[in-house]
Amino acid sequence: MKKLIVLTLFFLGLGIQMNAQSAPGQMPPLTLEDYFSPSTAVPAGPDAKGFVQRWTLLEPIGKPGLNSNAAFNDSYLRKEFATVYFKDQNTMVPKDGQTVTLADKTKLKWHCLDSKKYNVKLYRFASGLGLRPTEGVFMAVTVINVDKDVTVRMAVGSNSGSIWYVNGEEAILLSNDRRMVVDDCVSPKLTLHKGKNVVRGTVINGPGMSDFCIRFYDENGNIFKDFTVTNQ
Amino acid sequence: MKKLYILAAAIILMALSAISANAQLKGNIFIHDPSTIAECDGKYYTFGTGSGGLISEDGYTWTGGGVRTGGGVAPDVIKIGDRYLVSYSAGFPGTEGKTRGNIITMWTKTLDPESPDFGYSDPMLVAWAEADEDCWAIDPAFLMGPDGKLWCSYGTYFGTIRICELDPKTGNRMPGDVATDVAIDCEATAMMYRNGWYYLLATHGTCCDGVNSTYNIVVGRSRNPRGPYYDNVGRDMMEGGGRMVLSAGNRVTGPGHFGHFVVDEGVERMSCHYEADMDLSGRSVLAINALQWRDDWPFVADQFKPGSFEIESVRRGYALEIAVDFVRMAGRSTRGFGSVNDPTFAIENQQLVDVIADWPKGEIGVRANDYMFRPHQRWTITPVEDAGGYLGFPYYKIEIEGTHRALAATEAEELITVPAFTGADEQLWRIEQLIDGTYRIMPKSVPGHDEPLALICTGDSTVALGKYDFNSDNSKWNFRDR
Repeated sequence: MKKLIVLTLFFLGLGIQMNAQSAPGQMPPLTLEDYFSPSTAVPAGPDAKGFVQRWTLLEPIGKPGLNSNAAFNDSYLRKEFATVYFKDQNTMVPKDGQTVTLADKTKLKWHCLDSKKYNVKLYRFASGLGLRPTEGVFMAVTVINVDKDVTVRMAVGSNSGSIWYVNGEEAILLSNDRRMVVDDCVSPKLTLHKGKNVVRGTVINGPGMSDFCIRFYDENGNIFKDFTVTNQ
Repeated sequence: MKKLYILAAAIILMALSAISANAQLKGNIFIHDPSTIAECDGKYYTFGTGSGGLISEDGYTWTGGGVRTGGGVAPDVIKIGDRYLVSYSAGFPGTEGKTRGNIITMWTKTLDPESPDFGYSDPMLVAWAEADEDCWAIDPAFLMGPDGKLWCSYGTYFGTIRICELDPKTGNRMPGDVATDVAIDCEATAMMYRNGWYYLLATHGTCCDGVNSTYNIVVGRSRNPRGPYYDNVGRDMMEGGGRMVLSAGNRVTGPGHFGHFVVDEGVERMSCHYEADMDLSGRSVLAINALQWRDDWPFVADQFKPGSFEIESVRRGYALEIAVDFVRMAGRSTRGFGSVNDPTFAIENQQLVDVIADWPKGEIGVRANDYMFRPHQRWTITPVEDAGGYLGFPYYKIEIEGTHRALAATEAEELITVPAFTGADEQLWRIEQLIDGTYRIMPKSVPGHDEPLALICTGDSTVALGKYDFNSDNSKWNFRDR
């Protein structure tokens, strides 16, 4: 327990008594390391609840002026997600530190990271890198390795709108001003083929926090965890 | 999603008055982020974002005039002993702008601004979150647990909802207490306790977007006030879980800021605001609904809608009727026999005109009997304009369908019908949905009686007035249209 601190300050003409375990302003800033660790060459498994924690994340593509998510209907998002910002956007399986160049010559870097939580806190990914965490588009890629063909459904929650592809095929769109809820939207049945399967997603958000979480369910509705995750 | 507080708008809206058919309440019901309704010296109070609040003498008709100092947003209030602890969230410049939100509490002996005892104590800063923290400390809400512990939940979409413990004697933070993260991606929380369960009510969806606001109220429950709180599919509210309690409908959108009020055993209310009442220019309004429980989960059923019904006793399933002759309908009893090729035809319902001429012209007694959807068993229930009401609802008159013959209470604790509704208190009825979905029916007053009495079954076929008992089916009724 931290020391009890009692402060008396003057607020709007009233004396305000403060009483808690630490005073405001004493918490150290949060860092990227509070939420992520660098990915390693050792394949990762899903966590105990099946969530995929290893991702290669692109520094956010800024969308200045996107100060509301009110417009995020299906049509808006499909148009937005169809936007090509850089070469090989929909096919590349990026390596750590690899950069892409936007039309305005802005260079953005990919980062291979393991989330320390079940979800991937995109806001903290950006803020941890000193980048603007709001009003932007995030892109994420990972590789799911299975030792035999398996039929699954992919369950996604995202804040806010997002679209997800498995091996180049659209799996699911999450539309509207959406909050991240585990198992919020679930894809139709799809096949994870023996070997490598590339999962690719784009998340868009205006103000506030942004994150996503993904796991798989097998044909019997049970959480599927018989896979490993790599960046390549 | 991200909350935008429009303080000035909320204050201005409180100056006006209107009635909404959907929200049901009357008077000045314009408010945003209302606190849990509190009762003080026979009046009801709720405070909203800004500095004011609403007051009601009967819980149905509301006016402005509530006073809360400190400004800020989304207050709450709880009565502890003979005092009221009020909380709100506001900026706090003492930390050079680094703190994103602060939870502040203060005491007052009364909520009545006209009382000489009225006045708030110095505010106490009981919880806060840093500018970069995964929490935005706003929207406080209190719960007094069954063990006398005082809990406060707070937070919004930016990060987590937290629960901390306060000292019920001082209203300040319990020394050494460390707040617990209990939910994500929601705001405007509240807590309840019932049957060994702690409930965390949370507002999901988009705030402050008028008729497009998708605000909705969900719930999770836990055996521990600090969670984890799980929803009906076993999903932790830290994973975004929550079971729906109330969403948009009936021309009102965006319910948020749940508040719990127990009227009586088995009679509970939930208050909230609707982001937009489409009958009131899409403005944010106070609403009060009956709260129900099923399998230890709370939910809000559709509001009672006036109309014509059978009034069915839960005791036996018999229908309330006036004591007149049962008039047989024409038609032979075939018992289903006959040729399959015999033509069939519809038989008309017995009509009021077929029987009313033989009814007594004066008072007629009331009883219960087999429901045969006959005219003497059909009741029309209508809210009475300008008759006031009770917490959340207006008084109703109960008349035989197609007539003005009205149900009335008598000094002898019996029930009669009078030839025409006069507006007398004994002809005004409060109809309250109970937590199990049935209803209690009570006259506004009974001549010669001070204590409240309800419509009860003293036998399967006999009805009278008596003391309401939630644990007895004698006190419960259903309204059915069949």
